[in-house]
Amino acid sequence: MELWFTEHHTEHVKFSMKVKEQLVNKQSDFQHIAVLDTEEFGRVLTLDGYLMVTEKDEFIYHDMIVHVPMATNLNIKKVLVIGAGDGGTIRELTRYPGIEHIDMVEIDPMVVETCKEYIPQTACSLEDKRVHIYYEDGLKFVRRMRDEYDLIIVDSTDPFGPGEGLFTKEFYGNCYNALNDKGILVNQHESTYYDEYVEAMKRAHQRIKETFAIAKVYQAHIPTYPSGHWLFGFASKHYDPEKDLDVEQWNALGIKTKYYNTKLHLGAFALPNYVKEQLSEYE
Amino acid sequence: MTYTQQNSPIHEALVKHKKNRVVHFDVPGHKGGRGNPELTQFLGAECLKVDVNSMKPLDNLIHPTSVIKAAEELAAEAFGAEAAFFMVNGTTAAVQAMIMSSCKAGEKIIMPRNVHRSAINALVVCGAIPVYVNPGVNRNLGIPLGMSIEEIKKAITANPDAKAIFVNNPTYYGICSNLEEIVSLAHDNNMRVLVDEAHGAHFYFGENLPISAMAAGADMAAASMHKTGGSLTQSSFLLCGKGVDPGYVRQIINLTQTTSGSYLLMASLDISRKHMYQHGKEIIEKTIDLSDYARNEINKLGGYYAFSTEIINGDTIYNFDRTKLSIYTGDIGLAGIEVYDLLQSEYDIQIEFGDIGNILAIISAGDRAFEIERLLSSLSEIKRRYGKDKVGMLNHEYIDPDVVLTPQTAFYSDKKSILLKDSLNHIAGEFVMCYPPGIPILAPGERITKDIIDYIIYAKEKGSVLTGPKDMKVEYINIVD
Repeated sequence: MELWFTEHHTEHVKFSMKVKEQLVNKQSDFQHIAVLDTEEFGRVLTLDGYLMVTEKDEFIYHDMIVHVPMATNLNIKKVLVIGAGDGGTIRELTRYPGIEHIDMVEIDPMVVETCKEYIPQTACSLEDKRVHIYYEDGLKFVRRMRDEYDLIIVDSTDPFGPGEGLFTKEFYGNCYNALNDKGILVNQHESTYYDEYVEAMKRAHQRIKETFAIAKVYQAHIPTYPSGHWLFGFASKHYDPEKDLDVEQWNALGIKTKYYNTKLHLGAFALPNYVKEQLSEYE
Repeated sequence: MTYTQQNSPIHEALVKHKKNRVVHFDVPGHKGGRGNPELTQFLGAECLKVDVNSMKPLDNLIHPTSVIKAAEELAAEAFGAEAAFFMVNGTTAAVQAMIMSSCKAGEKIIMPRNVHRSAINALVVCGAIPVYVNPGVNRNLGIPLGMSIEEIKKAITANPDAKAIFVNNPTYYGICSNLEEIVSLAHDNNMRVLVDEAHGAHFYFGENLPISAMAAGADMAAASMHKTGGSLTQSSFLLCGKGVDPGYVRQIINLTQTTSGSYLLMASLDISRKHMYQHGKEIIEKTIDLSDYARNEINKLGGYYAFSTEIINGDTIYNFDRTKLSIYTGDIGLAGIEVYDLLQSEYDIQIEFGDIGNILAIISAGDRAFEIERLLSSLSEIKRRYGKDKVGMLNHEYIDPDVVLTPQTAFYSDKKSILLKDSLNHIAGEFVMCYPPGIPILAPGERITKDIIDYIIYAKEKGSVLTGPKDMKVEYINIVD
């Protein structure tokens, strides 16, 4: 008998991996949650049937969403992470001794519980003393904050479903308020290879650009995400991720990474032409 | 067959009809959708299959004897009415049927001036004469209120021959009048009470809501099931109390209603009645919770005022419908219509309407917590990005109309078109209103005053959609020659 997990990357493209065993299959108040043990990718978390994290390639996503802003401003002390129930983003953040306080806002407690039990590889740092977890709507949490954070990381699901509110103009505006005058906002930015994601990404980028003085997009290669080519948004009131990258200081921290390095940091902002064209369409 | 509230007779008959695989040599010509593939693909084959015409097993809306009759009886029972009619031409048709079955040409009807255009349209059609009662305005919020008992008493004393009192209950903003007292006054003076319950269909199904028209003893009510009861747009109920002859009302309805009543609309009314009867309490409870939460959070933002039962004053605000989320925006220096436009263009949020001082968001069982959060965050952003000092905001005042001619006489008079700005002291030959909410600023037969011209120009500047006049740009107005 063979058991396969399949995700539709488009209506006409499927991505499948062979499953050894399904470890979790449950419904929370917000979404369907499953954990699969797979032959190739190790343990895999899916939400509403969409793949979120695999043990084998999560390091790429989490390196890129954390170390790019951290190497741009080494004085980051207070961080807000929205989403990130799997804990991978928190794990990378807690490697910086300079960070004093991390607020994590996740809407679904069941995701966190599940990852703590079944995917300790990512959830291992959620008990760190600096981490404060709030189970509520990210939009609601951030709306109440003023001038509070050095960095906000939006580690959300896709712009359809529970994460929908995190791709809206009002959310970016509220993040702007919640950041201090040198604050940085990093978000997962979907992919633009397949047509059905293009509009969502372009709109998200346009909305960020309208809100922040600096708004750039960078990329990473993530094998299990649709097309494998994934984008992140970097927005800031002050820091430019290319000009302000502090190569020496970051390397002096001695943080060992599997994907990120400071040369790749700069290279990640060199986008393919078709992506550049898509991004500039609204400009 | 005996039906209970667990049944939906029209819906059940349609399901059965679909199973029978009847061959159709009747209208509609799309024949279950086969004749119009693009429409079928768009709306769905199942939908097109039940878009059928009257036939024996499905009854006939003009003269119901079987399943429509049964469905109307169930609706009457569910609403606590003596009789109920399925309306497929909007609540507008229900409002007109109420007025036309209560007043003939030349007879008087007492009504607040802030009625929906459908009520004054009924007067244009039937020739009844309006006696307007000043609804009173809340100066802080700039909204018209309910009917004051004293004003009604005065109107009754001055017009003892009036046939009916027409009440908007609740208003668009959720404000209720003292219906029981109005009914008692009216009945003591041999007048009917007709209630435009376009925004109150849910009053019949929830707890902790203002009293419904039928429960208050009103003679007729137009309950817009499609607004807050879950049925399809354009479907509505006309309800009758004791002492109203349903046979005559049916004749009046049939004067103007289609002879090809849509089964999609009728089935939607039938299913919604059943759904609300079964689940109304939880639905309304959830709606009130969402709405109260939103109000509370909006009031914390500062600059906005989402009002609720604290504005109750025992008379012109006798009660308040907490499912309505009405928000005063004047204190952030923006007109309601400006906030409405910003929500739409900048934040992809569509609300019900914005007028000069307020916006209204309709909250229903279909809303989810995260959509409410989007509205709250957007309002917070609009305040931050666009908020300004409260200057140059026109204070909305009730403009007491000077009715020179009846709406019918004015509408059918010879008219000429002149520039709005030159129309001072002339008699209007047509309506002018912002839509929504569709409450006329000027109705046919009323004298045009400086206040009215200023108000129309101001509303246009702020971006309100003005309707009524033949001139779509509302630069010119038709006056009675």
